[in-house]
Amino acid sequence: MFEDLRDLYQEVIFDHNRNPRNFRVMENADRQVEGFNPLCGDRLTLFLKMDGDVITDASFQGSGCAISTASVSLMTEIVKGKTEVEAEELFTKFHEMTTGKEEHINLEALGKLAVLAGVREYPARVKCATLAWHTLEAALKNEASAVSTE
Amino acid sequence: MSSFDVNKIRQDFPILAEKIRGKDLVYLDNAATCQKPQAVIDSIVQLYSHDYANIHRGVHSLSVRSTDKFEAARSKVKSFINANSDKEIIFVRGATEAINLVAQTYGKANIKAGDEILITAMEHHSNIVPWQMLCEQTGAVLKVAPINLKGELIYSEFEQLLSDKTKLVSVVHMSNALGTINPAKKIIAAAHAKGIRVLLDGAQAIPHMAVDVQELDCDFYVFSGHKLYGPSGIGVLYGKQSLLEAMPPYQGGGDMIRKVTFEETEYNVLPYKFEAGTPAIADVIALGAAIDYLVAIGMENIAAYEAELLDYATAKAKQIEGLTIIGEAEEKGAILSFTLNKIHPHDIGTMLDSLGIAIRAGHHCAMPVMDFYGVPATARASFAMYNTKREIDVLMSGIQSLIEVFG
Repeated sequence: MFEDLRDLYQEVIFDHNRNPRNFRVMENADRQVEGFNPLCGDRLTLFLKMDGDVITDASFQGSGCAISTASVSLMTEIVKGKTEVEAEELFTKFHEMTTGKEEHINLEALGKLAVLAGVREYPARVKCATLAWHTLEAALKNEASAVSTE
Repeated sequence: MSSFDVNKIRQDFPILAEKIRGKDLVYLDNAATCQKPQAVIDSIVQLYSHDYANIHRGVHSLSVRSTDKFEAARSKVKSFINANSDKEIIFVRGATEAINLVAQTYGKANIKAGDEILITAMEHHSNIVPWQMLCEQTGAVLKVAPINLKGELIYSEFEQLLSDKTKLVSVVHMSNALGTINPAKKIIAAAHAKGIRVLLDGAQAIPHMAVDVQELDCDFYVFSGHKLYGPSGIGVLYGKQSLLEAMPPYQGGGDMIRKVTFEETEYNVLPYKFEAGTPAIADVIALGAAIDYLVAIGMENIAAYEAELLDYATAKAKQIEGLTIIGEAEEKGAILSFTLNKIHPHDIGTMLDSLGIAIRAGHHCAMPVMDFYGVPATARASFAMYNTKREIDVLMSGIQSLIEVFG
């Protein structure tokens, strides 16, 4: 019935929405930042454990739509073990993929995150996918205040 | 017209024939804005094609024609809400501007530090923020009357909050997020008994029921044209003439003056005192056309048909497992706000859109209402006179399907 939406709602997204990974409060987190999308009320808290400039652990709490939950769940998986610079690079690629500014996006470099490429066709939903990454960026820059997509 | 013929009405709305993603459009976002009948569209085309010039200025023929049509629309609004005089009908950009106007003129002139303004917990942001701004400017205090879980005003608590300090009550006639229709007459009578003025925010109520400002005895009534099947960017402030006359002007400029020198300015009479600058001429005239259209159908007929739609939709919604209706007031307009277990309203909105169904997903500019129910957002289907039971069936089967897909 929802054939048109297959690109947006891939099975991986349903899976991460039903069973979000790293969905927990992190005791003794080195970074803790809140992300908020006032448009839809999505709210998340991102926790990071750092060893120098390497992200050794990432987890989150909060509630949001399937796109935003899957996006943050996938992100916490993929950034573990990455340096700050590598995480920033991923964010740049992810942003290009979801906003469709680049003609030829190397989806392979994005690994599992490529399942979120479908949001490009749904401008109203891009912020759902990018909230997690904006929050990560704030956490890496050690910005104490909450970030908002607006 | 005594019998209500929804199929005939649907034919008057060209957009209802649109296909969305290849499917028949099912437009259920009427609380956000209503679609426009051909008569409204035609009135704009007619004006710009044959009659358009600036109003209240020229002696030339087109200016006279535009002015006559513009002022005729004012009379239509006056009759539609049964105001006492055309002077009580002020054209503004919408309900929001009307509330801001009252806050910044009546409010600034009459409300002082320590005074109280009373609203309810079900208000739209447009009936919260202008009062917060006024409170910041004057040192007045904003009081909020609570609601119960059904989404109804707790009247006894409201009454207790009417104090010697209360200077103004500003309440929504019908809630956009919950559908609740407030007991306006009772609220107004109780406030008046204590000498307190009352503003009714009629943005949602106006397309769904007959409104009689004299019978209600409200001091101010505000609404937007675009929710009344008219254009966006136009709205109405009704105020009792004696109040409007005593109020200082809102914005300065052309049309709102009688005489200007560099030493002083003499303001124009009502309603022009509050209408600075060239107004939305075509939109006012098209709002008049919308009112003509509605009067021909009859607001009572519309209200009766929509009540039937809401009953049907509510009964169907209750059969869906995992669906929770937000807002179950005894007195309720044609709005069905709901949540689904573990499925975010934005996902509901996107999935229904792929089936051609337009609903609203979000906080409905009523974040305090969402906080009260402990939800970030709701999905909302809001009905208009052109919706059908068949469309409600399409909505409900869409909801069933998306529940299955989400698992």
